[in-house]
Amino acid sequence: MEILVCVKRVPDTAENEIELNSAGNDIERDDLVYSVNEWDNYAVEEAIQIVDKVGGTVTVVTVGDEDADEVLRREMAMGAQNGILLNDEAFEDSDAMGIATLLKAAAEKGKYDLIMTGAQADAGYAAVGGMLAAMMDLPYASLVNMVEVGDGKLTVGREIEGGNQEINEIELPCVLSIQTGINEPRYVGIKGIRQVSGIEIPEFDAAGLGVDPATVGAAGAKTKRVDYFIPETGEGAEMLTGSTEEIIAKLIDIMKANGGLK
Amino acid sequence: MATVYAFVAHSDGVLDDSAAELAAAAKKFTDAPVTAIVTGSGVDAAAAKAAELFPAVWKIDAAELAYPNAEVVRKALLNNLDAGAVVLMAHNTFGMDLAPGLAVKIGGAFVADVVDIEGADGDTLKVIRQEFGGVVSTHVTVDMSAGAVVTIRPGAVAPLEGAAGGAVEDKAAGDVSAKRKFIEVREPEAGDVDITKAEVLVSIGRGIEDQDNIELAHELAKAIGSQAEVACSRPIVDAKWMDASRQVGTSGKTVKPKVYLAMGISGSFQHMGGIKGGVIIAVNKNPNAPIFQVANVGIEADILEFIPELTEALGEL
Ligand SMILES: Cc1cc2nc3c(=O)[nH]c(=O)nc-3n(C[C@H](O)[C@H](O)[C@H](O)COP(=O)(O)OP(=O)(O)OC[C@H]3O[C@@H](n4cnc5c(N)ncnc54)[C@H](O)[C@@H]3O)c2cc1C
Repeated sequence: MEILVCVKRVPDTAENEIELNSAGNDIERDDLVYSVNEWDNYAVEEAIQIVDKVGGTVTVVTVGDEDADEVLRREMAMGAQNGILLNDEAFEDSDAMGIATLLKAAAEKGKYDLIMTGAQADAGYAAVGGMLAAMMDLPYASLVNMVEVGDGKLTVGREIEGGNQEINEIELPCVLSIQTGINEPRYVGIKGIRQVSGIEIPEFDAAGLGVDPATVGAAGAKTKRVDYFIPETGEGAEMLTGSTEEIIAKLIDIMKANGGLK
Repeated sequence: MATVYAFVAHSDGVLDDSAAELAAAAKKFTDAPVTAIVTGSGVDAAAAKAAELFPAVWKIDAAELAYPNAEVVRKALLNNLDAGAVVLMAHNTFGMDLAPGLAVKIGGAFVADVVDIEGADGDTLKVIRQEFGGVVSTHVTVDMSAGAVVTIRPGAVAPLEGAAGGAVEDKAAGDVSAKRKFIEVREPEAGDVDITKAEVLVSIGRGIEDQDNIELAHELAKAIGSQAEVACSRPIVDAKWMDASRQVGTSGKTVKPKVYLAMGISGSFQHMGGIKGGVIIAVNKNPNAPIFQVANVGIEADILEFIPELTEALGEL
C-alpha cells in the first residue's frame, strides 16, 4: 500500500503559552517552540503500522518553509520512507482550500492508495482531508479511530458523539482523517532524527506543482483571518485568592454549599 | 446573496439542539428567509419540527439516507442546491465529515467551528472563531460570492425561539451512489465505574503531566468520600493512562455532578460540552487558561502541589 500522510508544523501548546503580541493583532511568535501537529503523529503511526502489515511505503508531505524540514524528518525518523516539502512564498497565508489544492497537486505526482491527514490542526478547521478527497473525487472518512485493511477496501471506525464508533466500508483509494487515540505513536529520539538527516527531501514550488499561484496563498484565499484577539468575556470564574490555606478553606465551603461534601 | 440553507440534524423525529442555533446564526447576517434541509428516511416529524423554526423546509426523504453517511448526503444536497448556495451546519462529527467536501463541490468558501457571526457586508461574511484550543480568538472574513459552507460550534449561539410556520417541500435525493458504506454504530464498552452517577468528579487533564501522578487524583477522590470519582479529559485516555469510560466530553461521557473539579484542564469546547450542570471549579497554573472563562470558580495553582494539599486538608476535617 502506498500511503501519503499530510502533516503540519504548528506551535506546540504544551511548550508555549500562546499569547497576543504587543500590537494585540497576532500571537507572539518570538521564541515559539514548534512541533508536529498532535493528530498527524497518530496518522503517521497508523500508516507505518499498515505498511508493516501489508507492505508498501509511507510518504509524508507538508506545506511550509525550510523550517518545516524538521517535522518531515521527525516523521521519517518514526518510519516514513519519503518526505516532500511544498515551499513557495506564494503559498503563504493559504486557507484550507489553498492547502488542499497544493496537497492534491503533490498527491497526483505519485500514485497513492491511501491518503491520510490529522483530523485537525492548530486552527481547528478540520477541513483539509475532506477538501482533498472532494477535489480528487475520492471517498473520505473523518475522525477515524480504527483501520482494517481489506481487499480493495478498508473497514474504518469513525469516532462520533458519546464515545460511539461508526463503522464504514470505504473503497480504495480513499482519504482518511485520523483522530487521536487510534494508536500509540512511537517515540522518536535525537538519534533517530540524525539517522534520517542525510535523506534528500524533494521540494516543489508553484511551478513545480503546476499550480496557479493566484489560486493559493493569500491571493486565492476566500477565508481570511483578520487578526487575533482576546475576547471581552462576561464574568468568568470567581477567582479564589489568598494563601493556600485560605483558598482551600474557601474551596471546601463552596464544595459543602453545593452538596459535594457530606 | 444567494439562498441561505441550514442543514438540520435530527434523530427519532426530534431536532438536534443545533437546529435552533443555526436559525439564530443565520439571522445574524441575513434578513432573507432561510431554508432548512432535513434528510433521512421517514422524516416527516423532523421536517414538521424544522418548519416551526424555519420559514421554508426541504425534505429529502430516501431509504439511502436512513443513516447520515456524509458522502450520500453530500450527493443528495448537490442534486438540489443551486450554484452559490450558502449552507450552515453544526460543527459536530457529522458536520466535520460533510462540510469541507461540500464546500469544494459547491465551489464556495469554507469556514468551520464559528462561535459568533458579526454580520455580512455584501458578500463578505464576518465571523469569530477560536484557535489553539480556545486560547485566542480571531476575526475571520469569508467571501461568499461563489457560495459558502459555514459550520457553527454547538452551544455557541443562543438558540432562536418563536414559530416560523414554514412550509415543507419534498425534494428528490437523486443519484446518491457512494464509495463509502455505513455498516453499524458500535457502542462503547462499559467501564469499571460509571462517572455519570458520581456527585463529585475530580477530573484531570494533561496538566497531570505523568501517569504516576494520577494516584493524587484518586487520593483526593477518596478524601472527598464515596460520592466522588475520578474522571479525565481526552489526552489522558489517548495516552492510555485511564479507561475511555472516564472521559468527559462530546466524544466521551456527559456528566451532571454537583461539583466538578477540573484539574489541569484547559477548557476546550469538546471537554466542556460534556458537563451539563453543577458548579465547575477549575484549578490551572495558567491565569489565561480558557477554562477560567467558563468555570464558576477558579484557582490559579499548580495541581501537583494543590491536589495533595487539598487531600490533606480534607483528611483533617
Ligand atoms: C472531534 C473531537 C472530539 C473531542 N472530544 C473530546 C472529549 O470528549 N473530551 C475532551 O476532554 N477532549 C476532547 N477533544 C480534545 C479537545 O479538543 C482538547 O484537545 C482536550 O480537551 C484538551 O485536554 P486538556 O485540557 O486536558 O489538555 P490541554 O488543552 O493541553 O490543557 C492542559 C491544561 O493544563 C494546564 N496545566 C499544565 N500543567 C499544569 C499544572 N502542573 N498545574 C495546573 N495546571 C496545569 C495548562 O495550563 C492547560 O490549561 C476532542 C477533540 C476533537 C477534535
